[in-house]
Amino acid sequence: MSDIVTSVLMLTGSLLMLLSAIGIVRMPDLYTRMHAATKVGTVGVSAVVLAVAVHFEHMKVVAPSLLIIVFFLATAPVAAHMIGRAGYEFGVALWEKSVIDEWKKQKRPPSPPAA
Amino acid sequence: MNDLLETSSYASMVILMIAMALAFYRVIRGPSLPDRIIALDLVATVVVGILCIHAIRTDAHVYLTAGIALALIAFIGTVALALFIRRGAPP
Repeated sequence: MSDIVTSVLMLTGSLLMLLSAIGIVRMPDLYTRMHAATKVGTVGVSAVVLAVAVHFEHMKVVAPSLLIIVFFLATAPVAAHMIGRAGYEFGVALWEKSVIDEWKKQKRPPSPPAA
Repeated sequence: MNDLLETSSYASMVILMIAMALAFYRVIRGPSLPDRIIALDLVATVVVGILCIHAIRTDAHVYLTAGIALALIAFIGTVALALFIRRGAPP
């Protein structure tokens, strides 16, 4: 029984990470690629780590795997936000079919980086 | 290890290899520096997945600790590169 759960979680997670890699190749600009890489990648790696936790069934393994999941859930949005902001200030263009760009409408540059 | 786990872990390993190749395609292709950084971030995530599947295949849970370390280093590297883009190269 636990082997079935492990296999399903493992395959689900790796397919989600493949989906995220396909997204990073196929999406049109930096900001949409970032969505594919961070959100789907986080869920995929969480599923694979859960598979490890189900497979070993020992507190010595379950605690670090929960730690990895919490860590990924906490850091992926922070990293994506920092890269998105840095990319916008760097001058990476939006996709030409993007609907809204609120920083452009404000007519002033975003706040300078903190010292 | 039984047949089911053997087959599914092998299949997951192949799928993750394909994912890593696709991410490296984006690293090489570019076109801008932030694109390469998010692709490298995804590569680090995929490597954590590969470590976990290898832990299942070899029944050695030590690889999970390596996964924690890799996740930490990948996050710090991503944040450092983002700050590097914002402020420019040090003089």
